[in-house]
Amino acid sequence: MSSHDTSIVAKSQAQYEYDRHHNAVHMRKQVINFAIMIFFTFIAFAVVAADFSKYLILPLILLLAGVQVVLQLYSFMHLEDKKTHFGGVIGFFMWMGILIAFTFFLAFLTIIWW
Amino acid sequence: MSSYTQKKGFGATVWDYITTVDHKKLAVMYLLAGTLFFAIAGFEALLMRIQLMKPNNDFISAGFFNELLTMHGTTMLFLAATPLLFAFMNMLVPLQIGARDVAFPFLNSLGFWLFFLGALFLHLSFFMGGAPDAGWTSYASLSLYSPGHGIDFYVLGLQISGAGTLISGLNFIVTIITMRAPGMTFMRMPLFTWTALVSSALILFAFPPLTIGLLMMLFDRMFGGNFFDHTMGGNTIIWEHLFWIFGHPEVYILVLPAFGLFSEIIPAFSRKRLFGYSSMVFATILIGFLGFMVWAHHMFTVGLGPTANAIFAVATMAIAVPTGMKVFNWILTIWGGSIKVTTPMLYALGFIPSFVAGGVTGVMQASAPLDYQLHDSYFIVAHFHYVIVGGIVTALFGSAHFYWPIFFNRMLNETLGKITFWVFFIGFHLTFFVQHFLGLMGMPRRVFTYMEGQGWDQFNYISTIGALMMGVGVILMVINCLMSIKGKPAGRDPWGDGRTLEWSIPQPIPFYNFRQTPLVRGLDPWWIEKQEGNKEITFAEPVGDIHMPNNSAIPFVISIGMFIAAFGALYNPDADKPWSIYVLIAGLAITFGAMIFRSVKDDHGFHLHKEEILEIEEHLYGKGGNK
Repeated sequence: MSSHDTSIVAKSQAQYEYDRHHNAVHMRKQVINFAIMIFFTFIAFAVVAADFSKYLILPLILLLAGVQVVLQLYSFMHLEDKKTHFGGVIGFFMWMGILIAFTFFLAFLTIIWW
Repeated sequence: MSSYTQKKGFGATVWDYITTVDHKKLAVMYLLAGTLFFAIAGFEALLMRIQLMKPNNDFISAGFFNELLTMHGTTMLFLAATPLLFAFMNMLVPLQIGARDVAFPFLNSLGFWLFFLGALFLHLSFFMGGAPDAGWTSYASLSLYSPGHGIDFYVLGLQISGAGTLISGLNFIVTIITMRAPGMTFMRMPLFTWTALVSSALILFAFPPLTIGLLMMLFDRMFGGNFFDHTMGGNTIIWEHLFWIFGHPEVYILVLPAFGLFSEIIPAFSRKRLFGYSSMVFATILIGFLGFMVWAHHMFTVGLGPTANAIFAVATMAIAVPTGMKVFNWILTIWGGSIKVTTPMLYALGFIPSFVAGGVTGVMQASAPLDYQLHDSYFIVAHFHYVIVGGIVTALFGSAHFYWPIFFNRMLNETLGKITFWVFFIGFHLTFFVQHFLGLMGMPRRVFTYMEGQGWDQFNYISTIGALMMGVGVILMVINCLMSIKGKPAGRDPWGDGRTLEWSIPQPIPFYNFRQTPLVRGLDPWWIEKQEGNKEITFAEPVGDIHMPNNSAIPFVISIGMFIAAFGALYNPDADKPWSIYVLIAGLAITFGAMIFRSVKDDHGFHLHKEEILEIEEHLYGKGGNK
């Protein structure tokens, strides 16, 4: 048996049940987060359709967008998963992207005016 | 005899290349495709130079000149330099980090086919009603009003090939981070792998703005969107920002791997380790980061205001600092080394002063007040050709000589190589050095002709002679490559001065690269083993079964679907072509059908067993082979 021979290991009943439970919990979390996001999107459309004051609509939509970004990153893109390999590298890439994107926003808000 | 050691017929070989996911075969395909587009774009440049050889020339028409200059720039940057560097990245990165393939071999193949079919689509424009003619930057104020389908070819072709580039970039990032051999820490990675990583990260961050810009352009051209139309409340400047947010990092995407290639060649032929390795790594990352903070220096004359111009001018000048670090490190690597002036080293020695000249004119243009004078003149043309030809093309030619034995197990002819270098190098300086003066004398860029008696005639004539010399140089290079087919097998480490893992592999390289994963005991692992008198790299594992990916035709089918859909999208706005919508739907159906098929069908690859490995090695290297 060398290091690369494929091994087939039969799962014990306990292991099988543990895996099933573990997967079910994760799937439930995904679905709940997904539902929350759809609900947020619905609220965003609803406040615009209801023709509220723009001083209500703008901050509300921006707030919802912020929450969605966090949900996206942490839940769907597995940032909450602390055991991931190369977590530091992933974090570095993410913050670099955020920093670079921020300069674009800043520039678009300040130097494009007509 | 197993199927791995049998000789294949012609049809089977073609099928093998279409379906292959092997990074080495894809590297060869990138090399061939890149060379093809390099030759086409070079030919376009020659036509333009012949037109500008004398004043009031009528060799080609003004409209065709615009198409040529657009396609020359677009092709050279997106479809020649990028794939040629991808060829080296594909071939070398897995070998340098001790991996058996890239992280996602399927995506590697998909990236190639998307790039190639996108490029083919763009070039078909010449035969289908005219090529794009708004410059490689395709500024919206020009391109929105360009008649015909030229700009649509540009938008769709670049969208498809850009997707391929983005996929390949992601693939390299994951490969380099996760697939390094035991002992290959980040700070032991060869510098070419480092630059490939930073360059791929730049692709990851820079291509999405281009994608969005192209998508907005697509909407404006095809569905009457008004993102860039100022009469409808749009803003044409947004295109310029989006384009240069991508476009400036794109220059570093190309030049950083070129720096990396020279950082391999110079230590090898100075027989010294790279001077200031860690500062080279730091400088690479810093250049990559600063590359995103300077895009508006392409737009000083747009009218951003003095504050914005000053900020971007200072940021631009700051890039000269890490670049200068690199130049001094190369010089100090050569300093006191036991220097061997081979052809690759000759290209490296020619590169340093040429690139520095391009960098110095870059700092001049970074000064916003001076840029108002230099803007849109031949000075700019001279500057970026000094950077691109002096930096990137010399790197590609030099490392073609250096790495030819890794690609094909053959050496290129050294004598012919040195002749090629001098013809090309002198031609390059003749072409572009005088263009600095043409610019200072006021000759605008992108003009198809000029009046006599402005003092421009002689310099333009010299420039054209230089361009012809560069053409001769490229032809000599191609002849050299073709001659190598008849050459003798080069064998392992044919230069005798290889330092990194790729030189430790016996030639020809088996498709699984490493029979046993190597153990990396320091920077320049192969050099370390040779210093200790070892004939073989230290292994990290015993001989065992190897897990390899299966070939697949699906990437080709996905890309063909996109290619067909692009024609549908192209002709969709025409009222007299109602069939176009069905072409669009059919193409997308092929693409998504193939993607669904890929998702549903599990493909876990296969295991190459120990006995088969030994049989393959015996077939390649003879009985008792490489121990």
